Amino acid sequence: MRWSALLKRLALIPPTLLGVGAIVFVLLRVVPGDPIAMMIPPGASPADIARLRALYGLDQPLLSQFITWLGQVASGDFGRSISLRQQVFELVGARLPATLELAALSVVLALLMGTAVALVGSLLRGTRAEWLLDTANGFFLAIPDFLWALILLLGFGVLLPLLPISGRLDPQLAIAFRTHFYLVESLLTLRLDIAADLLRHMLLPSLALALPFAALVARLLKAQLAEAEDQDYAQIARTRGFSRTTILQREVFPNALIPTVALSGVQVTLLLGGTVLVERIFSYEGIGNMAIDAVINRDFPLIQGLILTFAVLFIALNLAVDLLVALLDPRLRHG
Amino acid sequence: MADLVLSGPITAAPSRWRSAVARGGARLWAGGLIVALLLLIALFAPVIAPHDPAEQDLMSAQLPPAFMRGGEAAFPLGTDSLGRCVLSRLMYSARTAVAVALIASALAALIGIALGLIAGAFGGLSDQLVSRMIDVWMAFPPVLLSIVLAAVIGAGLTSVIAAIVVVDWTRFARIVRAETQAQLARDYAAAARVLGLTRAQALRLEILPNLIPLIVTLLAVEMGIAILVEVILSFVGISVTGDTASWGGMITEGRQIVYQAPWIMALPIAAVIVSVIGFNLFGDGLRAALDPVQRR
Repeated sequence: MRWSALLKRLALIPPTLLGVGAIVFVLLRVVPGDPIAMMIPPGASPADIARLRALYGLDQPLLSQFITWLGQVASGDFGRSISLRQQVFELVGARLPATLELAALSVVLALLMGTAVALVGSLLRGTRAEWLLDTANGFFLAIPDFLWALILLLGFGVLLPLLPISGRLDPQLAIAFRTHFYLVESLLTLRLDIAADLLRHMLLPSLALALPFAALVARLLKAQLAEAEDQDYAQIARTRGFSRTTILQREVFPNALIPTVALSGVQVTLLLGGTVLVERIFSYEGIGNMAIDAVINRDFPLIQGLILTFAVLFIALNLAVDLLVALLDPRLRHG
Repeated sequence: MADLVLSGPITAAPSRWRSAVARGGARLWAGGLIVALLLLIALFAPVIAPHDPAEQDLMSAQLPPAFMRGGEAAFPLGTDSLGRCVLSRLMYSARTAVAVALIASALAALIGIALGLIAGAFGGLSDQLVSRMIDVWMAFPPVLLSIVLAAVIGAGLTSVIAAIVVVDWTRFARIVRAETQAQLARDYAAAARVLGLTRAQALRLEILPNLIPLIVTLLAVEMGIAILVEVILSFVGISVTGDTASWGGMITEGRQIVYQAPWIMALPIAAVIVSVIGFNLFGDGLRAALDPVQRR
């Protein structure tokens, strides 16, 4: 039963990706701006322009362009970026780790903050302070990541200049990295000065991404905690003399965790989508920032590659969350 | 007898309104107040704004707000780098925001509700089609999709609205589809069929009225989202052009001189935050007020 559900999900992935690819492809082909016009030197002859168009396959009919592209993508070739004149695959590969590190840090921060708020809220249940906490939480939830990015930039970059507001690493500290996972690599090779500087650069953007998500986790987890606390087993533990904190820790929290993961996991995709603007605001060199440049430069192959990358990440994340819930839930484990 | 029952949906007694407003509580009042204020400012901007929003006065550029040192009473919230009155531009931007919010969310709702109702009520092939479309849409980063769309259509208010509608119809479709299925499974829907209503009649007279609370709430939230999307597109440089004032445009301009004049960026951010929170509170309050489950 569960396996068949999983297989059905997996079977839907290729058509979904095909749909994403087709929509982006068609959309980009009706863009009025001409990507070739932006890369030719002044004074190029019409023959030169025609040659360039042919080089990028832009002289073919739409359907044959799409089929050619699909065939290339299937064999791992995402084409060449028009504005950066490199293979899309390499460009995305070099930038994706920056985004993944930022998103991962944001999720960790959000889970820590969200859990703390939910636990404090549960202990304050029924008091005036709980109402205050809920109201503040609603406020954090209502303001989206990119507005937090602007607020943090204004607050800690300009008014109280404590943290860097642009880039990924101080250029003076740049060393020859072997991978593009700078943070992971610097931690593994114990270059802690580098890791500290990377974290300083990541703190504001990841906080911007984390705050609304943390508020969501806090709201969901707190509701689940309240529900679990009213269940019989918690009540029984109470009558047997366990303290409220112990029950919360040992009985209620593990049971509240599963629905919280299930409900908030899907929202991680929103956080990932948020990197597009947050990276832009903090000039962080990830794929989100790159995507906006690609749109501005009308760089079709790069936009297609990036959107497909995001789509694959979104779908993979959703699957991962489902699997995680199945792993956490003892009732589903032996299904 | 049957005619009497089927002449229309059972309407709420007037006294229910009062109890609904009571259930909405402080959120409904606070949110409603902010939304009403925003609408009033948008409507009466030409009357209440102290200056023409496009009027440049390069002799008094980047003035701080009047309550700060160096401010002038003529420009209560200061001026931008072209010497335009920030307060007036904020007020005129409210017009842009309200226009985008009302038109875009209404259109997104219309498309989403129609597709959601069809998919939920008729099932089969239509449901498959709509559900697969939603799957594809959900695999897009929404921000990126709206940026690509706006770039395709070209800068301007129409482009912003189109981008919101094309991206956000799924918000309505998903929830309306699920709720339609849930309502159809209930006894009253079966009863309506037994009493001889066609499927379309049952949808219009019985199901749709029960979806209204949900739709109203979604609409309020969507208006807040629409305002945010306009800011996003401005920030990327593909929203309204030229002299049309918008909060997003003001934030983008302010970002360039944020070290010299931080208030130029801070004030429109504050306006966006207050509006978005207003719409959210209003939506929350409406949900509490209209939710038939909590009504019992």
